[in-house]
Amino acid sequence: MRTTPPTKTDAATAASNAAPPPAKAAPGDFADVTASAATLRRFLHGLPGVDAVGLEARAAALGTRSIKTTAKAYAIDLAISMIDLTTLEGADTAGKVRALGAKAVHPDPTDRTTPRTAAVCVYPDMVATAKEAVAGTDVKVASVATAFPAGRAALDVKLADVRDAVAAGADEIDMVIDRGAFLAGDYMKVYEEIVAVKETSGQARLKVIFETGELSTYDNIRRASWIGMLAGADFIKTSTGKVGVNATPANTLLMLEAVRDFRAQTGVQVGVKPAGGIRTTKDAVKFLVLVNETAGADWLDNHWFRFGASSLLNDLLMQRQKLATGRYSGPDYVTVD
Amino acid sequence: MSKESLGGSAAGATRLSVFKTYKLYVGGKFPRSESGRVYEVTDAKGKWLANAPQSSRKDARDAVVAARKAFGGWSGATAYNRGQVLYRVAEMLEGRRDQFVREVADADGLSKSKAAAVVDATVDRWVWYAGWTDKIAQVVGGANPVAGPFFNLSTPEPTGVVTVVAPQESSFLGLVSVVAPVIAAGNTAVVIASEKAPLPALSLGEVLATSDVPGGVVNVLSGNTRELALPLAAHQDVNGIDLAGAGADLAKELEIAAADNLKRVLRPQAVDTDADFAASPGTHRLTAFLETKTVWHPTGSLGASGGSY
Repeated sequence: MRTTPPTKTDAATAASNAAPPPAKAAPGDFADVTASAATLRRFLHGLPGVDAVGLEARAAALGTRSIKTTAKAYAIDLAISMIDLTTLEGADTAGKVRALGAKAVHPDPTDRTTPRTAAVCVYPDMVATAKEAVAGTDVKVASVATAFPAGRAALDVKLADVRDAVAAGADEIDMVIDRGAFLAGDYMKVYEEIVAVKETSGQARLKVIFETGELSTYDNIRRASWIGMLAGADFIKTSTGKVGVNATPANTLLMLEAVRDFRAQTGVQVGVKPAGGIRTTKDAVKFLVLVNETAGADWLDNHWFRFGASSLLNDLLMQRQKLATGRYSGPDYVTVD
Repeated sequence: MSKESLGGSAAGATRLSVFKTYKLYVGGKFPRSESGRVYEVTDAKGKWLANAPQSSRKDARDAVVAARKAFGGWSGATAYNRGQVLYRVAEMLEGRRDQFVREVADADGLSKSKAAAVVDATVDRWVWYAGWTDKIAQVVGGANPVAGPFFNLSTPEPTGVVTVVAPQESSFLGLVSVVAPVIAAGNTAVVIASEKAPLPALSLGEVLATSDVPGGVVNVLSGNTRELALPLAAHQDVNGIDLAGAGADLAKELEIAAADNLKRVLRPQAVDTDADFAASPGTHRLTAFLETKTVWHPTGSLGASGGSY
C-alpha cells in the first residue's frame, strides 16, 4: 500500500533512496509521525518500497570485492574487535560464561597483539558472572532481555527482565520486538514497547532485534528499522540467531541504508548488528565492505557496528594465524567454544 | 550411420564431439578450481586428451576442511560398514571398466590389453583392502600381558586427515594402492593426483560419489604437485602425509614443512614403482596411518596381598 506522504519530512524520506537528502531536518520533526497509530502507519507505509532484486544484486556485487594482504589483516582485526561473543543456550553454565569472558579478553592467548572482542552477550541471569569474567577490561557485557527470543510475554514481565539485567550490571541490552504485533500492523504497540524498554535500560545501550527472518518482506524490514530508530534504539539488530534465516548481506545492507538515511535527516547515528549465520572470515569481510560502501567509514568502529557471533571468532583467529605464520591453521589451535 | 535415427542428426551429417569436462572432487561435489585455471593433459605420445583443473592452495584448504568434516562419521563407522562401502567402490569400478581401460591406456601409454590387466588389478586391490577393514585391529592390536591386575588392550585408531601425494607414473593402480589403505584404516584423504596423468584419478572421484562413500572422505585435486603439496604439508589441520609421488627433493622439503605439527610422514617407499604396485601390497600402508591406543582396565579381582579396592 502506498499513500501520499503526509508531511514534508516524509517526502524527504521517500526521496532519500534516489537522491541525496535535502537540508537536515530536526529530530523533532518526527514528533508528528509518532503522534498517533494512524500517522505512524501512514509514515511507515509511505517509505519507498524496496527493490528486492536490486538490493540482492547490490549486496552480491559488493561481496565480490577482493580483500587481500594488509587490507585483509586490518579487516580481520577490525572484525574481531566488533564481535559480540555470544552464548545463548539453555545449557549455559557459569563455567562456560567465564570461559567465554576469558576468550573475549584474550581471543588468542598465543598472540597478545590480537584485539579484544567488543562484548560478551549472555542471558540476564549470567550477566553478573560475565561482568566478573571481563572485569578490568573494556569488554562490555550485553544481555538479551524482553523474553528473548520469542518476545511473547506481557510488557511488565519484559521490563522486569530488562531491570534485572541492568541491575546485574549489563552495559548493553538486546531486546526483541513483538513480531506478532508488527505483522498484525499494530506498529504503535511495537514503538511504545521499544520506548518503554529504552527508558528502563537507563544508561545501557539498547539494541533492538527485529528477527528479520520472521518479517517476510524487505519492506517490513525497512519499516521495522524506522520504528526502532524513531523509538530511540542505539543499535538495530537483524536476528536472534534462533530461526532459520538470520543475518544476510541483503537485509543488513537494507538496515545500513536506513541508519544512513536517518543520520542524514536527524543527525542521530544508530549502530547496526547483524547476528546469526556469520561463520567465516570471508563472510565477515563482506559485511565490512557493505558497511563502508553504504553507511560509510564512520560506522567502521565497534561503537557503531557489531557482529553477533560465536564460531566466527575461531575462523578469524585461524585466518589471523595464517597471515602471521604463512601456514594454514586448524580447529585444534583455537578453543572448542 | 546407425545413430542417425537415435541422435536426431540428419543422415550423413558429422556428429559433434561431446567432450568431458574433468572436475575436482571435493566434499562430495565436483567443483572447478577456485582459481579458474586449467591445464592441458596429453597422452603418453603428446596428443591432447582434455583440460584438467589446475587447483590452487585454496582448493587444497577447502579439501582439508571437507576431509576434517567427514572424519568423525567415517572413522566412527563400524569397520564392517567401511568394508562394505569399499567393496561397493570395487563394484562401481567394475561397471565402468571400459572407461578406465581407455583412460589408463592413454595416461600410462599402455596397449589396450595391458591397460585392461591394470584395471582388473586395481579393482582387485580395492577388494583386498575392503577385506582388511575389520581385520587390521586383530593383527596390530591385542591384549597385552602386564604385571598387575589389569586388562591391557591396544587398539588401532585412524590418524585423521591424510594428504596423499599419488604416484606420478602409475596413474590408476598406483593411485588406488595408496588411497585405499588410507581410507580403509578410517582416515580421510586429500589426494593430489599425478600431475601429468590426472584423468583416471578425477574419474575415480565420480566412482566414489556413486559408491556410498560419504562426501569428503576422499578429495581429489589435480594440478601442480609442488604447488599443492607444500601448503598441505605445512597445514596444521593435516595429521599425516604420504609422499609416494614426491620426487626426492620435493619429499625432503615436504618432510621439513610437515615437522611443524609433527605430522606422521610416510616417505617414498622402495616398492613405490610401477612394477611393484602390481605385487601383493602387504599391510605396511594400512598401518602407516594408524595410532595405537592402549587402555588399562582393573580386572576387579583381589590383588596378591589380599587387599581390595
